[in-house]
Amino acid sequence: MTSTEKTERPSELFIDLHVKYIQSLDTKKDDLEYWLTEHLRLSGVYWGLTALDLMNNVDALNKEEVVKYVVSCQHDNGGFGGHIGHDPHLLYTHYAVLILQIEDSLDAVNVEKIVEYVASRQDRQTGAFTGDEWGEIDTRFSYSAISCLSLLKRLDAIDVKKATEFIMLCKNFDGGFGSTPGAESHAAQIFCCVGALAIVNSLHLVDADLLGWWLCERQLKNGGLNGRPEKLEDVCYSWWVLSALSILGRVHWINKEKLIDFILTAQDLETGGIADRPGDMVDVFHTLFGLTGLSLLGYPGLKLVDPVYCLPKYVVQRVGLAERYHAKYGGGFT
Amino acid sequence: MSFENYDWSDVVPIEQDDGPDPLAQIAYDPEYSKAMGYFRALAQKNEHSERALTLTEKIIEHNPAHYTIWHYRQQILFSLNKDLYEELDFIRNQVEQNPKNYQLWHHRQVIVEKLKDCSLESSFTEEVLNDDSKNYHAWTYRQWVIRTFNLWDNELSFVEKLLEKDIRNNSAWNQRYFAIFYNPTKPSEEFLEQEVQYGITKIKLAPNNISPWNYVKGVIAKSKLKIDVLEELCKTLYQQGIISPHALGCLVDIYEDRAKCGSINEKELGIQTCILLAEQHDTIRQKYWNYRKHVLASIA
Ligand SMILES: [Zn+2]
Repeated sequence: MTSTEKTERPSELFIDLHVKYIQSLDTKKDDLEYWLTEHLRLSGVYWGLTALDLMNNVDALNKEEVVKYVVSCQHDNGGFGGHIGHDPHLLYTHYAVLILQIEDSLDAVNVEKIVEYVASRQDRQTGAFTGDEWGEIDTRFSYSAISCLSLLKRLDAIDVKKATEFIMLCKNFDGGFGSTPGAESHAAQIFCCVGALAIVNSLHLVDADLLGWWLCERQLKNGGLNGRPEKLEDVCYSWWVLSALSILGRVHWINKEKLIDFILTAQDLETGGIADRPGDMVDVFHTLFGLTGLSLLGYPGLKLVDPVYCLPKYVVQRVGLAERYHAKYGGGFT
Repeated sequence: MSFENYDWSDVVPIEQDDGPDPLAQIAYDPEYSKAMGYFRALAQKNEHSERALTLTEKIIEHNPAHYTIWHYRQQILFSLNKDLYEELDFIRNQVEQNPKNYQLWHHRQVIVEKLKDCSLESSFTEEVLNDDSKNYHAWTYRQWVIRTFNLWDNELSFVEKLLEKDIRNNSAWNQRYFAIFYNPTKPSEEFLEQEVQYGITKIKLAPNNISPWNYVKGVIAKSKLKIDVLEELCKTLYQQGIISPHALGCLVDIYEDRAKCGSINEKELGIQTCILLAEQHDTIRQKYWNYRKHVLASIA
């Protein structure tokens, strides 16, 4: 590929390149960056696998080995670590369940133990969740717990009412949500809170017009979305912002063509993969969230992604959870 | 004393088990690998010692996001009765290099809780916010300190300083709201009216910035005032030729309120303003303004 070609604005999604990029992650184990993110291993598998599935290439990673790896991250207390031998954490437990659902392999692990672990992360007084037994409180963890238990059909194991009350304490004057009560609205936290509320059938508590305005106000002139006012645009916000808008049935409030253009421009046509913004280094995280963003925008050639669970929609349908949260707001893909 | 100077001859390192392919053996940095091997061995017998403490430092240097290491370090610090003020220094240095690391900020919280002393925390967070005035971790931590140690009194003047520096700092506007409405002492109606005036002054400086608009509307919602108090501001801006989608949008809010109370004239004004926004001044959000127009048009 010549350099002039590289600087051209890509006008299509190069699926084959991205599939190759994700497969190659496996062989790049000498990279400094790779061992530094070793603690993130399980999440990396989730990001890569979901991206591959959306690109109709879920088999590019060997199912048996993926499942074997996930199983080897589980501890006796039911929680999963970020890698073999790492301590259990709610985030990784959630990722493990997401991967197992994609692979349709929940029976490979002890589900009852997972439920026990996730439920034990809830503070029964406040309804909030911590990531591990010593960790901080954050609405990200509320989402992880609720999504995880919902995918296991065991929401009965926690105090849903209290959990909802805590999330609502984190709602702000601008309609958004933060990590703790009083913390600034942030698109990623909004995704977590709106997603969690959708799962527990409490979307009526969201001020959808006010929040929808805040979310679509995240779109900048170049088409990209930022996560808070006056911050830089970033491909991953294509997911955090759009998923929340989609759950609220308001995806069309952002300018679709401009955003598609922005995401496509962030592709690396040499290595494959998508970066946080055009010209930056690609990574698997932004590759996934570029693809999920495009999927929510109805981009051709990709499977539909579920805006609540961040799983391919057919997986959520197979589990029997799809569409419940659309009752109030209708479609969401208009 | 550094990690290499301790005697490790009695420790049998436990190697990382990387599991099966496809995501197998990682070629770790050898120094990090060695330290992790010792860590697994020491953690297994729960050794609380000087060498274990140095070892945690080594690992944190390489990989501060390794969440297990922090808890182990806390246990060692507490059981060896280490000087926790030194630990606060250590954290400050670490935060300088990794200002967005979750574990570090939580570690600081654990240490300060143990010390029961918050005297260094305001200046510490201020320092971090001087480098990055939107650091989410620093703000959340600062809110925790204020709540836990009841430090509400000086927060507004701190926020004031930041807003003078950068009126577009949404984090500072959020903190302003926090300082007023999460304070156990509730603000008076008079105070809220002043706050709205303060917001209006700031809007005039940056009419195209969403933050003060959201803030003022938030304050109004908490007061006995109605959104009408912004009408004059919005109209003056427009007459001065300053086109702000936020000002026009605020007019839409005002007209919609009145249309709901039966004003046909304001209903029409609202619709016209939506068209102006959709077709001229905020075209990227055309669909949103069309929706607002539709809502207005369907008011009976
Ligand atoms: Zn990003």
